[in-house]
Amino acid sequence: MVNLIIDGKKIQAKEGTTILEAAKQNGINIPTLCFLKDLNEIGACRVCIAEVEGVEKCVPSCHTQVIEGMVVHTNSKKVRETREVNLKLILSQHNFHCATCIRNGNCKLQNLARDFNIDENPYDIKYEEKEWDKTFPLIRDFTKCIKCMRCVQVCDKVQSLSVWDVVNTGSKTSVNVRENKKITNVNCSYCGQCIVNCPVGALHERDDIKKVLNALDDKDKITIVQVAPAVRSAYGEGLGLPREKATEKRLAGILKSIGFNYVFDTVFAADMTIMEEGSEFLTRLDDIRKTGLPMFTSCCPGWLRFIKSEFPDMVPRLSSAKSPQGMFGALTKSYYAEILGVSKDKIFNVSVMPCLAKKDEATLDNYGDIDAVLTTRELNRLLLSTMVNPADIEETEFDTPLGIGTGAGVIFGVTGGVMEAALRSAYFLVNKKNPDADSFKDIRGLDGYRVGSFDFGNGVVVKVAVVHSLSNARKIINNILLGKEKYDFVEVMACPGGCINGGGQVIDLEGGDLAARSGVLYGLDKVNNLRFSHENPEVIACYNKYLGHPLSEKSHHLLHRDHVKEMKEKAVK
Amino acid sequence: MSRLTIVTSDQQEIVREQLYKDLERRITASPTGLCPVDLTSSFVKMCLSQSCGKCVPCRIGLKKLSKLLDKVLDGEATMETLELIKLTARSIYLSSDCAIGHEAGKLALNSIEGCFEDYKEHVQNNNCTCNSNQPVACVNLCPAHVDIPGYIALVKEGRYDDAVNLIRHMNPFPITCAYICEHPCENRCKRTIIDAPINIRGIKRVAIEKSKNPSLPPLAEKTGKKVAVIGGGPGGLSAAYYLSIMGHEVAVYEQRKQLGGMLRYGIPNYRFPRTRLDEEINFILSTGIKVELNASVGKDIQLADIRKKYDAIYIAIGAHNDKKICIDGEDATGVISAVEMLRAIGDGQLTSYKGKRVAVVGGGNVAMDVARSSIRLGADSVDVIYRRRKVDMTALAEEVEGAEAEGCNIVELMTPVAIEKNPDGTVKGLRVKPQMTSIIESKRPSPKDKNADEVLIPCDIVVASVGQGIDSKHFEDTGIHVKRGSIAAMNTGMVGDQEGIFAGGDCVTGPATVIRAIAAGRVAAANIDEYLGFNHEIVNNIDIPRVKYDDKNPCGRVDLGLRKPQDRKNDFEPIEFSMSDEEAAQECGRCLRCDHFGFGAFRGGRSTKW
Repeated sequence: MVNLIIDGKKIQAKEGTTILEAAKQNGINIPTLCFLKDLNEIGACRVCIAEVEGVEKCVPSCHTQVIEGMVVHTNSKKVRETREVNLKLILSQHNFHCATCIRNGNCKLQNLARDFNIDENPYDIKYEEKEWDKTFPLIRDFTKCIKCMRCVQVCDKVQSLSVWDVVNTGSKTSVNVRENKKITNVNCSYCGQCIVNCPVGALHERDDIKKVLNALDDKDKITIVQVAPAVRSAYGEGLGLPREKATEKRLAGILKSIGFNYVFDTVFAADMTIMEEGSEFLTRLDDIRKTGLPMFTSCCPGWLRFIKSEFPDMVPRLSSAKSPQGMFGALTKSYYAEILGVSKDKIFNVSVMPCLAKKDEATLDNYGDIDAVLTTRELNRLLLSTMVNPADIEETEFDTPLGIGTGAGVIFGVTGGVMEAALRSAYFLVNKKNPDADSFKDIRGLDGYRVGSFDFGNGVVVKVAVVHSLSNARKIINNILLGKEKYDFVEVMACPGGCINGGGQVIDLEGGDLAARSGVLYGLDKVNNLRFSHENPEVIACYNKYLGHPLSEKSHHLLHRDHVKEMKEKAVK
Repeated sequence: MSRLTIVTSDQQEIVREQLYKDLERRITASPTGLCPVDLTSSFVKMCLSQSCGKCVPCRIGLKKLSKLLDKVLDGEATMETLELIKLTARSIYLSSDCAIGHEAGKLALNSIEGCFEDYKEHVQNNNCTCNSNQPVACVNLCPAHVDIPGYIALVKEGRYDDAVNLIRHMNPFPITCAYICEHPCENRCKRTIIDAPINIRGIKRVAIEKSKNPSLPPLAEKTGKKVAVIGGGPGGLSAAYYLSIMGHEVAVYEQRKQLGGMLRYGIPNYRFPRTRLDEEINFILSTGIKVELNASVGKDIQLADIRKKYDAIYIAIGAHNDKKICIDGEDATGVISAVEMLRAIGDGQLTSYKGKRVAVVGGGNVAMDVARSSIRLGADSVDVIYRRRKVDMTALAEEVEGAEAEGCNIVELMTPVAIEKNPDGTVKGLRVKPQMTSIIESKRPSPKDKNADEVLIPCDIVVASVGQGIDSKHFEDTGIHVKRGSIAAMNTGMVGDQEGIFAGGDCVTGPATVIRAIAAGRVAAANIDEYLGFNHEIVNNIDIPRVKYDDKNPCGRVDLGLRKPQDRKNDFEPIEFSMSDEEAAQECGRCLRCDHFGFGAFRGGRSTKW
């Protein structure tokens, strides 16, 4: 332990602790901007600077380790003045038209400028302007980038894709697609992790709210909305709703209040996914054992883009099941259109997703059933624009039949959830009876790389792995290819933590409480009377009335994709 | 009223002088890969501040030029702007009255013409072709990419074994380099911005002096693959060392009696003691390398036979052929080459030069080695004949100074014309023609004949130190591609279409530095490993001490002390002292730890495996 004094307070900290951490552990708050724990501790913004007695120059508290006997001041005149100058310098190259910024009210720089009482700037204001394709799902606004390097680090270290890089030198140093390439010419997965880690409004999703509003205003359209499981874990954070108020029923109420004709739940489609993917898994098990190569989940579009660009040879190992969004889209414009007795052209299908890549997925050829994808953030913005106080909105049930979901479907939104839901139903398919719904909870957790082995009885032992973040996806594929590890079924989510921390999720400036968000979903699973996808009465009804059975020809047509063929067609294009 | 006053420097002038010095040092320490447009724009602004303002092209032209350059930087320029920049720069060059203007114009013109692609990229895509992806200057400039801030931090903590192990991770010749590396790592040391570069080689010397038990890295499982290394110099042994660690069976074929190559047969003991060289080589061999001495490929053994026995071959034969001066009388008795002389010394044959007058022809480091060795062999006088000026010599300044201090006489601006013989065929003297320095071509002023009579420098021995060639004949004959005498290897070490044959070091690049040969050996080892179907990772797990924060106030650089010239010139014993503990601590403390600060914090100051 190291003894030191910060702002007059005698404290102890473990060796190797930074001043920032040591201060935080003792209730002393040092402002940060570029800092991102474990990923970006580079002292670039010089906002977290502190003064150490005996040293003339200020030190960055995020990047300076404590030393025995150190006396630190985090708020001395020297620190305050220097910090303020640095903030003003950052602001001088930042487009602070905050009123028209997508991150207004959710911006670290705006908060700092407010906290430090910056009411004027002596420096000339000039920011970088550069073109960007506004039709692209991921948008970089050069006028707002403060070169904190967070996006570069996240893409490098968490996603192992290195889409972003520092370009140019000297005063012209900037952040852009690596080697000044076009974003369309690099292997971006559209995971959106750069967006949720951007402290300002330099990165954001393409805003599709207008498209949705136009549909809502169009009397000839039947508007259907589905909402992904993870949205309910965090939407309230962006609306100032406490967790106990930010229920899924209130979410349904919000969507009703916005004016959608039918408010459905992607959880229903998640249950469908389990039916299809679980059945597919069992039919492929022989091949899996023979080749020594697992089946991979296919519900995360960021992951799909990743495997296609990084490991094209492994694409045949993907499940052919569409994502829940895709299944839902296909069923609303077929099965549900029939129930309504309307032409599918009348339906305008909206999905609310905690995801950026889903915006891209909806534009794929065989996904034409989805007309617009909103992120959780866009949903919140759309709601706020209706001037209704979310807390005043009544809780309501989702509409039937496509609003019925099981607990197994809800946990799709968190890493390990798809695997657990699949295991619950696969067990049933093997044994013709349900396991205890919590039998597979060992696979839960927020570790990036988890493995497990489950004995189904009847001689079936299933080896599974769950990874999240694309660097872990890369790691596990390499391990499999090197023959170091063998699995039957592998779940991959592109975003760390899964959809609860998706690229379209509400942005928590302090990094998001993933344990709390995952707690919401597991809580909903726990209290649901239905905890097995195969017991979802509306899923059963859909098969009975429409699809026949899992993997039926109709299912294949509506609910599955041929990834290898798609990749070939794309290559031809 | 006084008619005249003495000029005294006022406070402003003192500050200005200091600013110039600060800027000079800063330019010396410039990182590599900077944007030429940005640099030119700054330089033109500085030139403008020097303008006296009398003439139009300088006063107005430079101002406009700087604005135009800024337009390029701001992405507001068109291709026409670039033409205007060229035209303006050329006009400033052509019509300025004095150097302040015309050289500024030329600077801008050189920049835009030489880096036109970058200017174009700015105009067309508002991008620069450069980026700052070179975090640590010393590591980047070391051909072997040794983790310099890492070992400096270790020496500072007294962890000498770790320091040496860390060096060996990238360079198996730490002792050698501690004595004789040309230390390109120091060239752009960021510390220069504050005062002077860190004495990196000096700190390495401390590490190797104090290290008692350096350890071999773990040896990989035997692969069953066999690699032959031709040439037991630093390059060949570096490749052999890493290949051996990777588990391959390595045999080194050396044509001479002992290993070491130019380290033994080119560098005299006073610069690098043999005992230390042997220690270094023994450490390398302890990885299990087999050695065939007196095995000259082409004479004692044929390349074709080696090819049959081994899965891969690394050719690292160096550049050991001497070159002739090509003047009359070179066949006289008493004319020898530097290579010949140093080779004999390397094998311990110390012929006495007592009573002899020696003339050395050449101005490189090797010329200094033979000159200083001649003094040690007892020569009455040693003249070093060089056709350019002393300052133009390619030898390191400290080598020239050392030679002079030991009594060598530098005869600059003299070109050898002929060697005059005595009737018995021995050397009578070297006839030289006086030269004058002249126009600068390819960075060095070239000499030209002076209108003066030839001079005879009486001497008994002439040592020709005018460069070395490569003995590549046998390899060429067996089908290895040779280009102007050098073996034509790629930057991966691979030799064209020759399956399994790699080459590197002096025999590929021509005579260069030890550290470049070492670096080439490591590159070859990695690529031979891959060629053999493996991907062995060389990893170090040495934890590097944390940075301690203090203000970096200017402080002098500790240089290594030397034995007094009058003592050292009488023997071949080492001449350079290491630092004291106190000096080492201070010098290590000067390191700015670029692995931790600046760009190093962002892009990681080190790689721990390759």
